[in-house]
Amino acid sequence: MRLATCFRSSLLTSLAVLMLAVNPQAHAADGATRAAEFKLSNGMDVVVIPDHRSPVVTHMVWYRVGAADEVRGTSGIAHFLEHLMFKSTDKIPVGEFSKIVGRLGGQDNAFTGNDATAYFQRVAKDRLGKMMEMEADRMVNLRLDEKEVLTERDVILEERRSRIENNPSSILDEQMNAALYLNHPYGKPVIGWYHEMAKLSRQNALDFYKHYYAPNNAILVVSGDVTVDEVKKLADETYGKIPSNPTVTTTRNRPADPPQLVARRLTLKDPRAGNYSFQRYYQAPSYVTAKPGEAEALDILMKIAGSGSTSRLYKKLVVESKLASSAGGDFSGYGLDGGTISLYAVAADGVPLEKVEAASDEVLADIVKNGVTEQELTRAKNSYLADYVYDSDNQATLARRYGWNLAVGRTVADVEAWPANISKVTANDVKKVAAKYLDPNDSVTGYLVPDQSGVAQVEDLSAPSPSGELR
Amino acid sequence: MIGSYRAAAALVRKAVRPNIALALPALALLFTASVSHQAAAMNIQQIKSPGGIEAWLVEEHSVPLISLRYAFDGGNSQDPPGKPGLANFLTAMMDEGAGDIKSQEYQERMEDIAMRMSYDDSKDSLYGSFETLSANRDKAVELLKLSVQKPRFDTDAIERIRQQLTANLIYADKDPEKVAMREWYAQAFAGHPYARPSNGTVDSVAKITRDDLLDYHKRTFARDNLKIVAVGDITAAELGKLIDDVFGPLPAKADLFPVAQTEPVKGGNQKIVEMGVPQSVAVFGLGAMPRKDPDFITAFVVNHILGGGGFSAKLMEEVREKRGLAYSVYTYVQPYQQTSILVGSVATKNASMGESLTIIRNELKKMAENGPSKEDLQAAKDYLTGSYALRFDTNSKIASQLLGLMQEGFGPDYVENRNKLINAVTVEDAKRVSARLLKPDDLVVTIVGKPTGMKSASPAALQPVLAAPDRG
Repeated sequence: MRLATCFRSSLLTSLAVLMLAVNPQAHAADGATRAAEFKLSNGMDVVVIPDHRSPVVTHMVWYRVGAADEVRGTSGIAHFLEHLMFKSTDKIPVGEFSKIVGRLGGQDNAFTGNDATAYFQRVAKDRLGKMMEMEADRMVNLRLDEKEVLTERDVILEERRSRIENNPSSILDEQMNAALYLNHPYGKPVIGWYHEMAKLSRQNALDFYKHYYAPNNAILVVSGDVTVDEVKKLADETYGKIPSNPTVTTTRNRPADPPQLVARRLTLKDPRAGNYSFQRYYQAPSYVTAKPGEAEALDILMKIAGSGSTSRLYKKLVVESKLASSAGGDFSGYGLDGGTISLYAVAADGVPLEKVEAASDEVLADIVKNGVTEQELTRAKNSYLADYVYDSDNQATLARRYGWNLAVGRTVADVEAWPANISKVTANDVKKVAAKYLDPNDSVTGYLVPDQSGVAQVEDLSAPSPSGELR
Repeated sequence: MIGSYRAAAALVRKAVRPNIALALPALALLFTASVSHQAAAMNIQQIKSPGGIEAWLVEEHSVPLISLRYAFDGGNSQDPPGKPGLANFLTAMMDEGAGDIKSQEYQERMEDIAMRMSYDDSKDSLYGSFETLSANRDKAVELLKLSVQKPRFDTDAIERIRQQLTANLIYADKDPEKVAMREWYAQAFAGHPYARPSNGTVDSVAKITRDDLLDYHKRTFARDNLKIVAVGDITAAELGKLIDDVFGPLPAKADLFPVAQTEPVKGGNQKIVEMGVPQSVAVFGLGAMPRKDPDFITAFVVNHILGGGGFSAKLMEEVREKRGLAYSVYTYVQPYQQTSILVGSVATKNASMGESLTIIRNELKKMAENGPSKEDLQAAKDYLTGSYALRFDTNSKIASQLLGLMQEGFGPDYVENRNKLINAVTVEDAKRVSARLLKPDDLVVTIVGKPTGMKSASPAALQPVLAAPDRG
């Protein structure tokens, strides 16, 4: 799964950037255990990550449900419900949730991915109890007014226009993602398809809510200036009062993809595309689905192949052959049902995309054939281990790391074993995963082409006209 | 939906930017430093290096990291006429080799020791951000020092970066949000350096030479226009030595062009830039009080109530929550050295832009006439004072906050006093300042897209194009 997230509010731009940068895995460079975990009697998982440098806390509740769990035909309902969770309960009047948090000096937001949905507040530590009380309340007492629902539906349609419709790169990304998964729901955009979003109802939202929102399908993560005992006491008094719900769905059986038999290719010609660019996605395993060590090796592989200006792709395509103005790649390894490898390059002026693609393929083929050097391996490991230390500066980053991992079924121990596991990867491991997962016949390739004729069109897949009004 | 690929493809390099540049709303907050009882507990040391360079330091030894933030006054308003984008070009060149170390080797050495260094430019300053693990401090400082004092600006690196910057500019030219913001400054400050596109244009970037880069570096990297903050695992004595090492050999005085004071054009300009997108983006704004004006803090609080406070703000309430017209609508106050603005943005489907802007104008007008209610003012104060500590919970955030205060000429005591300033704002102050600040007839508006029924207008000619039905 590619790391795809929708936020309730766009104001936290910097957080969105962080989400992209978070290493799902990494942990304490010194190897020290940082987080404590326990379970409430109703089955709710709790993780506490103390950091006493500043008297503030980050409070998050994660639900083990996301866009990939939606019933077919209701794409976007997971994210829509996330928006509606800010409406009202018996105790909280319409639209007051965020205002109350604000009056307490707190900041709040929420986001939805394919496998998880999370709600959070950042607040002074003495307000933590109140946050837990409010979050526990809306876990089971949501009230939705028909008119409020319809107005919010207009908001998510505007959100879709901002994120997707207004940007040809996002349209191509969405189309490529759909092509990458023939059958698995990761092929649907997290925000939903416009035509289905436009029909989502109050009942759809309530059905989804009743189906998935319960303490026994949730994880509480608190980081910052708290102790485990304080969190335990407050959690018992709030979330702990909610009975476990045996009818809630806690297993997730999504339809799997058949084996890919042919390479899939798409070209988006759009007058709004400025540059010629190339991208490639491959399905890969994730930290959840991979054999031991494979996901770590994929992280190292893509660091060496595609991360930053010391990477192979950048050196070959940008510095040496000058075929591209930028180039890189990434492994996204957090999905419950799988991960993805992605590559990109923006063609240098006048260079045909076919040439850029061929040069990228040469870089990958060389790694498949000859592997990586010990020096590259060491540099990549050091870089990840250092990221782990840098991340420990930020309690919100840590809370997201643990929350995301637990939401896809990993454990605190898995998270904290990551530095040790990364250290174990050998050059041979990297070569093996490169050979296994970088198969051009098992990928989706996309070209974004500025359309000189001025008429937008989409080849290979039918899609709404990118430049047209969709409603 | 945010895909990691899209961000990478669109923005190219320079992935690690200082916090300062991440988000404009955050930027606005940054410059309004603030206080809380908790933040006040933080011990800010004002140090002077043996060589006489001043800096602020917050020691924090529990995490083995050091964050350094520094700024040289100047920024992209120092770009020479005809060459906008020079400061931005330079920020992209600072890790492309220094001293005897060429680009690729410099970057590999940075990565080997996990050193993080990045630069960014604003209208008034050039920002540097440097972070290292304590264990690698000496090696990292050595690389930093070379970069600050002797960047190479090799021709092959210049051409490579030129291509990336050009690709970024071509991309940005198709991004309605970026075009709307760029055109807003062009309209509001026509004829002033603040009107120029910060990152330049494809044509201006094509003209920038190695000599331009060397000249900009020589003119602006100096000791008298430098501010430094360090946070983390370092003592005052160690920091003093580090600073002398890195910045000591720079020229004593910067050689900056004078930049005149200015304010946004009055009378209500409106410009529409046609772009084939389903959703229009508008940027709107007007002049605000300078940072040192006695009414600045009140203006900041009023802005919070009007458009800065997320879901508690009036614009969010009227445009998004009541009518579902937009996902995003906000305002912020942004003081510069030579002006100050209140600026905002809204994105909505083409057919709704007229209605959305009419609602926004009405909210400005209502606030100007009546000021905020007592309850709204109290809620704003509660948020602004209560959330202050959230700006100080990581080393890098502390460093960015303090650097902003230093640049504005405040002392460390500002951190302790800021919440008192907020709490001192009265309903009468807020009403008076709202009237002084919010003049809907002066609103400068830029719209990018195909907004239904709207047209460009110069001062005096502007009329509301669509009346909003009162659905609230």
